[in-house]
Parts: sequence; C-alpha cells; structure tokens
Amino acid sequence: MKDEVTRDERVANLKGMGCSRKRVEDARFTQGKGNYVDDIKLDGMLFGDFVRTPYAHARIVSINTEEALKVPGVLAVLTAADLEPLGLHWMPTLAGDKQMVLADGKVLFQGQEVAFVVAEDRYAAADGIELVEVEYEELPVIVDPFEALQSDVVLREDLVGEGGTLPDGAHGPRKHHNHIFRWEAGDRDPTAQVIAEAEVVAEESMYYHRTHPCPLETCGCVASMDKVNGKLTLWGTFQAPHAIRTVVSLISGIEEHNIRVISPDIGGGFGNKVGAYPGYVCSVVASIVTGKPVKWIEDRMDNLMTTAFARDYHMTGKIAATREGKITGLQCHVTADHGGFDACADPTKFPAGFMNICTGSYDIPTAYLEVDGVYTNKAPGGVSYRCSFRVTEAVYFIERMIEVLAIELNMDAAELRRINFIKKEQFPYTAALGWEYDSGDYHTAWDKALKAVDYEGLRAEQAQRVADFKAGKTRSLMGIGLSFFTEIVGAGPVKNCDILGLGMFDSCEIRIHPTGSAIARLGTISQGQGHATTFAQILASEIGLPADSITIEEGDTDTAPYGLGTYGSRSTPVAGAATAMAGRKIRAKAQMIAAYLLEVHDNDVEFDVDRFVVKGAPEKFKTMKEIAFAAYNQAIPGIEPGLEAVSYYDPPNMTYPFGAYVCVMDIDVDTGVPDIRRFYALDDCGTRINPMIIEGQVHGGLTEALAVSLGQEIAYDDMGNVKTGTLMDFFLPTAWEVPNYETDHTVTPSPHHPIGAKGVGESPHVGGVPCFSNAVQDAFRPFGNRHTNMPHDHWRIWKTAHDLGLHD
Amino acid sequence: MSDKIHIKMTVNGKPEEFLAEPRELLIYTLRERLNITGPHIGCETSHCGACTVTIGGKSVKACTMFVAQADGADITTIEGIGGPDDLHPLQTAFKEHHGLQCGYCTPGMITRAAALLEENPNPTEEEIRFGMAGNLCRCTGYQNIVKSILAAAAEINASKEAAQ
Repeated sequence: MKDEVTRDERVANLKGMGCSRKRVEDARFTQGKGNYVDDIKLDGMLFGDFVRTPYAHARIVSINTEEALKVPGVLAVLTAADLEPLGLHWMPTLAGDKQMVLADGKVLFQGQEVAFVVAEDRYAAADGIELVEVEYEELPVIVDPFEALQSDVVLREDLVGEGGTLPDGAHGPRKHHNHIFRWEAGDRDPTAQVIAEAEVVAEESMYYHRTHPCPLETCGCVASMDKVNGKLTLWGTFQAPHAIRTVVSLISGIEEHNIRVISPDIGGGFGNKVGAYPGYVCSVVASIVTGKPVKWIEDRMDNLMTTAFARDYHMTGKIAATREGKITGLQCHVTADHGGFDACADPTKFPAGFMNICTGSYDIPTAYLEVDGVYTNKAPGGVSYRCSFRVTEAVYFIERMIEVLAIELNMDAAELRRINFIKKEQFPYTAALGWEYDSGDYHTAWDKALKAVDYEGLRAEQAQRVADFKAGKTRSLMGIGLSFFTEIVGAGPVKNCDILGLGMFDSCEIRIHPTGSAIARLGTISQGQGHATTFAQILASEIGLPADSITIEEGDTDTAPYGLGTYGSRSTPVAGAATAMAGRKIRAKAQMIAAYLLEVHDNDVEFDVDRFVVKGAPEKFKTMKEIAFAAYNQAIPGIEPGLEAVSYYDPPNMTYPFGAYVCVMDIDVDTGVPDIRRFYALDDCGTRINPMIIEGQVHGGLTEALAVSLGQEIAYDDMGNVKTGTLMDFFLPTAWEVPNYETDHTVTPSPHHPIGAKGVGESPHVGGVPCFSNAVQDAFRPFGNRHTNMPHDHWRIWKTAHDLGLHD
Repeated sequence: MSDKIHIKMTVNGKPEEFLAEPRELLIYTLRERLNITGPHIGCETSHCGACTVTIGGKSVKACTMFVAQADGADITTIEGIGGPDDLHPLQTAFKEHHGLQCGYCTPGMITRAAALLEENPNPTEEEIRFGMAGNLCRCTGYQNIVKSILAAAAEINASKEAAQ
C-alpha cells in the first residue's frame, strides 16, 4: 500500500512534543464543569469547621462545648481530649517535628485550631463555633526570631527535657529552647579566610519577608469512612496524593490498601497544598465518629493565617572579589523563622531546602552557608511558593549580593555578572556548596537578553533621566532590573531526596487499547499546569499514537502508580522522564510485534514517527495502530498478549533550568508608584514540550513574582495578630497592575533527562522576584541606595525616596 | 434560627422557588441548594470574583449578596452562558488563546467578560484590563485572558456584521 500522507503530516497528526497543542482540560473549565473538592456532594455529608484562637500564645484553661452542642444541626465538637485516646491530637510534620492537630494545653500562633465543630451545614457549623467557650491565659508573644533566640520564654515545652535539657531535634543539636536546627554547607574557615584577605568585600543584610502562595481555591477535603467495607476515601486538594495516603495510614493505623486518596481538579497550588493539615485529620476522625462523610473547606482567612506560609528568611551575606570584579568567595547566614511548629515542606535531609544553591549562576570557588531555624509565635508552614525548596530565597540573595558588589566596585551589574558566569565548557559544574549543575549556556542567554532590550540604550536613557531629575525637569526615575537565575528542580534522586522516608522518584503506567488509543496514569497531579495535555504529547512522540488518542489520568491512589506528586517543578523532570521511559518499553515490545508481522528479524525494523518500517524498505511497515491491534488478536510466539508498561524513574540528578530577565520601570518619586514599562524574560528549560503552555507558565510566574516583590506579605503586629488576613490587605495583582510580558528562550537540553526537559513552572517566579526588586533599587542607585527590603509597595518606595532626600 | 423567607428567582432561564433563611448567601443558594457549581468561592469578601454571576445585565459577586436581595432576580451563571452544543465565543477564545490554567477563576472570569462585552462591544486592551480588575487570576498573569477577550469581541462583532 502506498502511503499518501507525507512524513511531516504524520508528525503533525501526532501533536507530539514541540507543538502548541490546545489544552484538553479547557472544555470542562470554560463551561463551569470542573470538579473541585468543594463541588463534591455525598449523601448525608456533614461540614466541619474550626474554632481558632485569637491569641498567638496562650494556655488553654478550659473548653466548654455544651452550648455549641445545643445548636440545631451541630452533631459533635472535637477537642484534643477527644483525639488523645486515638493518638491523633498531635501529628508528625514533613520536617521531622510534630504539630498539634487540636490545641493540646496551649496555642502557639493566631488562628491555631482549637476545636472542630461538625454540623449538618456551614451555617450550623458557624453557629456552633460562636458558642464554643474557650478560656485562655495569655503568654508573652514572640514574633521576632532574633528575640526568640535570646528569650527565656519557652515556646515548645514539649521539646525541653528534664531539668531544662535540650534533646537533639530532627536535624541535630539545638543551641536554645527556641532553636530548631543549624544546617551548614560548604567550607567555613577557608571562606572566612578568603573574605579576610579579599581586595573587595561587600556585605549586606536583607529580609525576605513572609508571604503566602494563596491559590484561588483554598485547601479542603472530604473524608468518607465506609464502615461496612472498612474503606476510607479522602478527596482533597492534595499536591501529593500518594504521600498523603501513606501519612494518613501511618498516623491513623488504617492499612494503606484500605485508604483511597483522590485529588480532583485543583484550583492552583503553588506549594500551599503539599503539606498535611489538621483539617484533614479532623475530617477523617469526624467521619469515623459520625459514620458520615465530612467536608472541611478553609475560608480565605483560615488559608492566609494558618496553612503554608512561605519565605521569612533573614539573610546576611558577604561577597569577596578582586578589584576587577572576579568573585572569590561567598558567605551566607540565614535566620529562618519557622513559626510555632517546624512544618516546612522540604526533602528530609534538607531542613533549609536547596538554599545551598545560593552561589547562583556564578563560578564562586569558595563558599559557606549556615542556616538557623527558629520557633516563633507565627503560623507553621515554610512551603516552596512556586519554587523548588527555598530556591527563591537563594536566588534573591545572590542576585542582591551581585548588585551590592557592583555598587562596591562601581561597576555595571550586567558586566559583573558576565565575568563571573559559569562558562559553557565548565558543565557539568560542581558548585562550592555541593550541587552538580547538569548543563547551561549562560553567556549566550545573557547576551541575547541584553541585546533584545538594547541594554546600552536603556542605560543612556536612564542617565538622561537622572540628569533631568536633578535639573528639576521630571519627578520620575527609571530603574533597570536585571536578574540571571539558575533553578534546581526535579527532586530528586532517591539517594539524597526523600520525604518521610519516601524516595522522590515518580512513575507512569501506560495501557494501549486494541484500537490504538491509550491511557497513561502518573504519580503526579496537575493544579493548572496542563498535564493531561503535555504528558500526552511526550507519549505521542515516544509511541507514535496521536496525543488526541491518549488519556492522561492522575490523582487517584487506587489506580495511579505511586509517585511523590507535583511541586518543586518536578513533574516534567521526574514523571515526564518516567513517561518517556514507559513509552520506550511500549515501543520495544511493539518492535518485536512489528518484526513478527513483517516476517523479519527484530533488528531489521526501525521506528519512524508512528510506525515500524523495514530498514531499507520504507514501503514495508506496520503502524502503531496496527501493532496495537495485533497485540490483542494474534498469538505471537514468545510474546505475552497486550501492550502495557510501567516505569518508576529515579532521576540521576536534578535539572538546572536558567534564565535572563530584564525589567524596565518608571517610578514616581512623589507617590512611590512604579510603572512597569517593559519586562523581558528569556527562559531556558531545556527541551520544550508545549511552547504555549510554557509561555503561560512564564506569564503566571512573573505575575506572582510581581506580587511578592511589590507588595504581597503576611505581616504580624507585636501581639502576633495577622495584619494581612484577607484579600483587602494581602496583595494579589489584578489585570490593571500587570504588564504585558515579552518571552524568549534558548534551548540547552538536560543531558541526563530522557527527553532533555528541565521544568519551567517556577523559574519565572524565582527569577522574577529579584528582577522586580532590582529594578526598584536600581532607580535609586544614583542617589546612594544600596539595599532596601521588599515588598516594595507604594509606601515603602515613597519612603526610600524620602530617606534619600528626594522630597527635599 | 430566624424565620425563613419565600424566594422566587430565575436561574439560567429556569424558575426556582424555595424557602431560605434571610442570612443565606446567594453563592450558597446556587452551589448548595441548586447544585450550580460553576461559580466558585475564592475569598468571601468580594475581591476575587470567582463567584461572579450576572443579574439583570450587571456583574454581581454572589459571595456577598444575600439571597433575600436576589428575590425576583434573573440570574445567569457560567452554565447559562454556553454549553457543549452552543459554546459562547468567549469559551472558545479562552481555550484557543490559553486564557486559563487551573480553571478556578474561569467561570467568573468568562461571566464577567460576557457582561463587559455587552456593556462595551469594542473594548480596548486598557478598557478590558480596567473592566476585568474585579476578577483575580493566580495562574495566567492576565495577558492571555486579555487576548482571549479581544479575540472573542472580534468574533462576536464579525458574526453580527455577517448577520446584517
């Protein structure tokens, strides 16, 4: 049979890797037919909600639930006393600490869960909450980690031994009762020596403020205990459904095969939905107690005040260099405010995440990092808000240190970066703090970015603006923000990455149907990233069946293979690799079937787009569709029927996406209002699977970066009151504040990843925060500004201008 | 609690009649009582717009309106804007131009955009950005939402012209 379709058309028909395939998820979302956790309705379902403490630090004298239980529709009120016999009044955290599920004798942060009211609907639950009487005895509140390390006030009595001794924490010795851990990387003394002997040293202290991922959908779950079959089903906003199943099993004692965890559609995660929260445990217990399904959904205030803050790093740095600007050493100390419980979501061996990527994109021969974790009366969390574990903090630190060093050297910051970049030929490059960067071509990306924005022209324009300002011709300044970032994503190799002992591999299982369509299931879970679209594209290219004929399914632990979930940009680096590898197993079997059908030896056929052809005789072929059918209808000697494969992929290394960003900003000196004139973003995420989706991820990540750098924060007063508990005070940018972004790319494939992809969802956030911040600070550099802390809201920008005497 | 009140309303063309507590919020009525789950809850303070519906041609945030205030109202939600057999040009454009990611804001976003295009059939980009500022999206950065709305406006106007 003569093939009338051209090879290019066959490639296009697959909608495989590299094409901007439209998303298969969109039909249901645009028609209001998504299925989010709060859309789930079960017969007799109850609603649970928390009584929360208004005090940040207090003893609980008594809890009286009598009046609450009289409210029509209220069925139960759970307190720690009810959970204690089950051993569920405390639960383990991801960071090796433990956390109260319901207040056990005291509370440690405002909004902490005190009692769980279970009622027939939300209104009855709210009425019940009003009538639970809790008597508190206030204790001194500490919201400053430096004060915490000096204070006699013990926040966690449960972690102090007899006679005031301090047992080791999960990460080694503790030096004070409010100290959690000290974590070190690199060489302390050699770094100190390099700094002592350096020609130039720049020092700076900076505070990366506390903020919150704030997905539009809050956290929630529905727990349903089927007492007849002994099965627990738990639907929820889980970024890691399989890990949640294991955790629920470990803490509840229910065998893992009797627990089914389902992540339905998730309305954004950004790290907020990685952890295990008291609401999940209480819903499960309430379902067991009442015999009915129980739903718990956070309101926005609960979300901002209690689940999953991000950042809150006080960072001090010293960077050493020659007079010509060659960096010789870097030192970093972090005081990390972890709140009342250490519930940071990091791989077990990394209590400060991958903060030791803080040498950035630069060839720095000597470095030392020291992180002290501290308890305060603030909410627990410490999640990676749209970044791989603490990488946002690390990149902000080094990109600010570079700017400060440029000021110290009186040098252009773009040039300073260029002369210190790790060179293309140095990859794979082992950094002073231990990571092996897999690949990169920083100079090419940097030159392309600077050329695209006409960097020289911008600097000339800026100089003219300064002259005009000084001459009284304008009240507007111009800032040019630069950042060059290297991410470390795709956690991670099982040899050094685990969460609660679970290796951070991921998985894919493929089943080809007789008619040549397929279903693939993965251990990850999309929260808007478009996995159902892009993973089908990977498979289409690997197995030669059209992406439109492949269903991707995630999030149901009864059907999907085990995986550690979606966060830290790990889906493409880890599960994407598993998908490609499982696809290759399918292809290997298909090759044997094709050879049998074509009556040649296995090695005499080769794969070509959507078929196997006889080498040297392209007119003789079997399409993958034909092979799929043959797998089910022919008795082939030596080959099992069917066409299925599974792959569990343990990545040999992380991946290291990078990028070059430039922001041009005008700042009104008298109002402090910044106007983002231009934002250019060049990303190198290795092999590009779907350019449309990549661009969308970049737009979104940059907007979250804009938010964090220009106003978004979780702020506390001295009493531990959260001052930014609603969207009135917590800044989420609208369409009005956000600019149009220019996106660009280079492609440096990962050498160890099966398809060379590196991950992209978080890069724009990681690179964007320092870029916006640097733009603000650069505008004031000609007037003596060295460093001001984020968030650069209008008031703080005005204050910077004021303090520099620009209003005189 | 308090005495229930008698409510009549039309939702997506369908008449509804029921007794409700005066304190019941419209979003609760839609989602829990009428099983219309397209409009979502994001903030309960009128900031995010995930709950946006249209009442008498005006965009309303259903999370902060009591159902008592909506007595007699003619309400349209995303479910009434278009379905599998009669997609609204906005629904097509949001897919075509990647105007959504997690999808949580999308029903409110499209419902608001539909009202905006009724108010102003030929909006500029600036007018769209201003007119959509009551609807928050955490995923897209708005650039492709603006693009989607511009494309839908052009599509609607072209088919109006063709019909004349």
